[in-house]
Amino acid sequence: MASDSNSSESQRIAQQRLRIIAGHLQKHKDDDSGTIATECKAEANKGTVPRKRQEIMKWNGWGYSDSKFLFNKKGQAEFTGKRYRLSGMVLPSLQDWFENTFGASVNHKSPATPALNASAVPPASLNEAFVEDLKATGIPFSHEAEDRVFRAHGHCLHEIFALREGKKFERVPDMVVWPNCHNDVVKIVELACKHNVCLIPYGGGTSVTSALECPPEETRCIVSLDTSQMNRILWIDEKNLVAHVEAGIIGQDLERLLNESGYCTGHEPDSMEFSSLGGWVATRASGMKKNVYGNIEDLVIHLKVVTPRGVIEKSCQGPRMSTGPDIHHFILGSEGTLGVVTEVTMKIRPIPEYQKYGSVVFPNFEAGVACLREVAKQRCAPASIRLMDNEQFQFGHALKPQVSSIFTNFVEGLKKFYITKFKGFDPHQLVVATLLFEGDRERVLQHEKQVYDIAATFGGLAAGEDNGQRGYILTFVIAYLRDLGMDYYVVAESFETSVPWDSLCFSLLLSFFRVLDLCRNVKERINRECKERGVQFQPLTSCRVTQTYDAGACVYFYFAFNYRGLADPVHTYERVEHAAREEILANGGSLSHHHGVGKLRKEWMKESISSLGVGMLQSVKDYVDPDNIFGNRNLL
Amino acid sequence: MTTCEDPSGYKQEDEFMDILEERRRSSDLGHALRTFTPSPYRGAPPLSAGALNRMVLESQYLRYVTKEVAMETGESVDLVREEASGILDEMSQNLQLGFIRLLGFTLSKVFKRLFSHININQEGLNRLQQAIQESPVILMPNHRSYVDFLVLSYILFTYDLPIPVIAAGIPLMDMKMVGEILRRSGAFFIRRAIGSDKLYWAVLSEYVKTIVRTGYAPVEFYVEGLRSRTLKSLTPKLGMMHMVLEPFFKGEVYDITLVPISISYDRVLEESLLAHELLGVPKPRETTMGLLKARRVLEDDYGSMHVYFGMPLSVRQLTKGRVDRCEYNLLPRDLPQRPSVETQECVSWLAQQVIRVQEQSSILSPWSLMACLVLQDHQNTDPGEEQEKGLSWELLTQRTLWLKGLAISFGARLDWPEQPPENQVMASSMALHSSVIRCHQGRVTLLEEEGPVGAGPFTTEEGVVRRARAVLMVAAYRNQALHVFIRPAMVALAIHTTRSSQREDIYSYFRFLLDLFSNDFIFITGRSSQDFEEACSLLRKCGAVQTSQQEVTSPEEGQRTTSFLRALLQPFIDAYQVVFSHLCLEDVEVFTERQMVPAVRSLATKLLLSGELTSCDALSSDTQKNVLSALLRLGAVTRLRTAEHSEFRANKPAISRLADTLAGRLPVQTAPNPRL
Repeated sequence: MASDSNSSESQRIAQQRLRIIAGHLQKHKDDDSGTIATECKAEANKGTVPRKRQEIMKWNGWGYSDSKFLFNKKGQAEFTGKRYRLSGMVLPSLQDWFENTFGASVNHKSPATPALNASAVPPASLNEAFVEDLKATGIPFSHEAEDRVFRAHGHCLHEIFALREGKKFERVPDMVVWPNCHNDVVKIVELACKHNVCLIPYGGGTSVTSALECPPEETRCIVSLDTSQMNRILWIDEKNLVAHVEAGIIGQDLERLLNESGYCTGHEPDSMEFSSLGGWVATRASGMKKNVYGNIEDLVIHLKVVTPRGVIEKSCQGPRMSTGPDIHHFILGSEGTLGVVTEVTMKIRPIPEYQKYGSVVFPNFEAGVACLREVAKQRCAPASIRLMDNEQFQFGHALKPQVSSIFTNFVEGLKKFYITKFKGFDPHQLVVATLLFEGDRERVLQHEKQVYDIAATFGGLAAGEDNGQRGYILTFVIAYLRDLGMDYYVVAESFETSVPWDSLCFSLLLSFFRVLDLCRNVKERINRECKERGVQFQPLTSCRVTQTYDAGACVYFYFAFNYRGLADPVHTYERVEHAAREEILANGGSLSHHHGVGKLRKEWMKESISSLGVGMLQSVKDYVDPDNIFGNRNLL
Repeated sequence: MTTCEDPSGYKQEDEFMDILEERRRSSDLGHALRTFTPSPYRGAPPLSAGALNRMVLESQYLRYVTKEVAMETGESVDLVREEASGILDEMSQNLQLGFIRLLGFTLSKVFKRLFSHININQEGLNRLQQAIQESPVILMPNHRSYVDFLVLSYILFTYDLPIPVIAAGIPLMDMKMVGEILRRSGAFFIRRAIGSDKLYWAVLSEYVKTIVRTGYAPVEFYVEGLRSRTLKSLTPKLGMMHMVLEPFFKGEVYDITLVPISISYDRVLEESLLAHELLGVPKPRETTMGLLKARRVLEDDYGSMHVYFGMPLSVRQLTKGRVDRCEYNLLPRDLPQRPSVETQECVSWLAQQVIRVQEQSSILSPWSLMACLVLQDHQNTDPGEEQEKGLSWELLTQRTLWLKGLAISFGARLDWPEQPPENQVMASSMALHSSVIRCHQGRVTLLEEEGPVGAGPFTTEEGVVRRARAVLMVAAYRNQALHVFIRPAMVALAIHTTRSSQREDIYSYFRFLLDLFSNDFIFITGRSSQDFEEACSLLRKCGAVQTSQQEVTSPEEGQRTTSFLRALLQPFIDAYQVVFSHLCLEDVEVFTERQMVPAVRSLATKLLLSGELTSCDALSSDTQKNVLSALLRLGAVTRLRTAEHSEFRANKPAISRLADTLAGRLPVQTAPNPRL
């Protein structure tokens, strides 16, 4: 045994050395730009995302073309495809939930336009000189309607709704380019400056802030710079536990490739299947396991950014520096207004030995929030801890697949009986917290006990791993569910904020948290606004606390309603969302925790960061990009 | 809910129903023991009075202030905490259903004796019931009589609505037994002069805020702070208002509903007491013995009482765009925070709004209209001439009917039954006030108070006071009607005084009047131009003025209306001028309020005797104090010390400028005083 492990240990060290040497070699090569250019083109693209995204992804909805929810002939919900745990399964209770919650009916369909109507796409207005010069570089590009339309939007409700309705587009990119590496980007940006062309960086296309929308007033040729082909891990440094990665890589590829070497980043935003590293940097993304791994700003060690003024880089990779304001923070959250992030050095961690899901049921939301606050106070939050409100708990239940055995059915029934009858929880009040623990086995179990003990003092009951895991599955399929809703006159959207905890509770009966007040007031505001704006059916408003911090929490809202009888559902929706955001701000919530500002929330920037703050950002923009080459007009 | 345009939401079809009618028909005991299961604000958990107090004491806010006070005074935190707990014990209510039932039983008996009807608008109660379930509700009645105090609880009990907790003055608590009964009926007690007692403020505000936040019960308080001795609305007190609104500003509740409530009396129980107080006879301390002695008031007839539950006002809607709730984002919510100027203005505006609604929905008795006319006649009669004393009934009838028409066209709400004939309605309305007025041989005369039996002849000064008592008692009922006429009256006065037809001149004098008199009449800040336009349009409607783009003129045929309106304001103008001329006297330099009131009174008495002054309002201490407040506000008087007794210094040139402007001898200066 002992010798065995010794030999494997020495083997591991040897391999590690080799990798580092390889890394050094590559680094040397990097210095020779001639070589890298050819290397760029030669290497096979291993990423999930092809240039023609529409080949595997929906052009007018979320995710993969092969995966979608539908109500089958029996009226039962089904999730197609093979990619997810729910794929191929029948969800018997979804229809009831759907019809009861929204007053919708599976007989009232609102189908989408089947295919893109090319005539609805404005013709490409190309800058010929730019195109000529670009051709000379050999960087692939396209001005086909499908490619351009795909990059003209993110996943805001109004954007997807317009695609489904086959609405005419006001402005889409005039062409799409696919750089293969950092140097390609340098060339593209140089040419764009030379020919005064507007560049809009495009990563995973999962924006929900209208950040990818082309400004309609933009008269220059708009070029969408799709980073999806820059998707390699350039080196892994196991000594310092960092990896150097091209910024176009999407979350699932990054994780898969690192896992092959025994590592992970631990950065798992809900959109990680599609969103890109560069996009995370540009929006200050947050992953669900940030309690262990940190948010993107904690993970980034070094950035390489191509701007109209040149390339921004630091001279070393010291883990912390006192060299004036951190220039990374101009880039983090810059939303594509300053340049393109091309390469990122970020922290990595060995894959955790043990992972365990868990869940706790609380009698009501107040008790749950009080518990999360206590967990945050004791700084013992598991990798992820989320509290879903009652609406979401019921929603989660509606997504339970058909139970195969009578026994599981029986056990479920027993559990339900125990919680509602024996413990006296009101099924219309109870909420559930989902947990994910990571680490070595022993410590996970210890940690788990600690958290469950705290929960117990707030009246929480452990409710099993299954419930926990289902909670996390929900986050990956929720966007697919929105498409299902839109097939049946239901529009839906989510939005988020961060807010201080405020106030400790002194009794379980009555606890006054700013978090609670914000949740209640925002839901109430949505309900009232919907009513005032003529929404005929009770909307679904639901929230969950998705992140805990020492000084506050991140709250995520879902909001959906049946729009039958409304002339302009998108407009109604937008007015309600606007009101909801005002309510959030008035209750001490932030403009955004991780989605960003884009163009959707620009109007509140001054209020949020003061006009002086806006001025500071503006002066950076003016210096870095005086001709507004990166003209997506986000943020400012 | 409602918009600002018609905040009262009054509709003519609003029907009043008499709650005493049912009481006269069925058992009072049955009523007192009825099943009582009100449905509270939906977020409200059941909470005992004790638990509520514990929450207050344990609140972060109180802990914080406790520590601060301990630091400042050098006392131990425990001691200060004990002090806070003592304050809370003194303050807190202890609402118990049993006592409500007891009270219900007693009040049924008392009310039936005192009043012929207690009329309430059922529709308003339905709206209230709805509102109580949606958000925490603040009941905001006007305060004209001690009777107001429990009548709302009585009505809500009768209609199965949650019993409110009521802010009351400490003097009530000190009454033996009664204080405890009130406490158990939901009253909580507030000291009169809190001043800068930080701990007291903290306990009080946390107590009130906790009640609102938890939706424990509707909160009832008088935005006027005090019982109005003149039956006019009083300048709103904003302390309590801030406390009840803060949970909304801080987002602790989604919304707060204000329900203005107008309580109107045909005859107020305390009428003669009030007049005495105004004339400087001190108010007797509230004691239980006093209350028992006052039994004899039970033997009189006080006519009807009207309780109008106004349209619930959503604070969220009303404050939209006026308050930036983000101002509370940068401090922990439990910490004391001074509201911004913007918020303070908004709260004051809200309070004014509520008072306007209270006024608009108050019910006028025929007697109120008659009182206006009786007093005007009294003013015009030279006291020296003894022949043909009083106004002839015939003339009074004729004028009252004319005034009734005017009042209705100005939007007043009259309690004037269609049956019996008008003459009889007037007679019976006046009959309720037989202690001050009488119709003898076709002439209507005011009665003077009889001196104590066996007392010798009184001095001429005493004679003035005795006459004044009757006048002020009648004036109180005139005051009930003033809100209907006040703005048109100011326009009429402006036209007359400026002797101009230029809209601009008239408007600036109108604004001057609004500003000068804003302690005597409650106007809504920032609404002067709208008030002006509305007043002009009312006057135009009844032919009293003609308006064009640039001009406002008063035609000959409108003289009857305009001179009536001007005469309505005259007593106030006279009173202000008397105070002005007192303050401009040479020997007045630095003075206290206590010195000013008797001095002005003796000056007014002198002027009354000499016939230079014809209206007794200048004798009223309330009016005098209002003048002082107005002068302070306008910077014509400055406060020297903020100690126990403030001293004031008069700025004589500024005062005489005001006096000249008021009299029309000087044009209105708009620019120099930014507050105007």
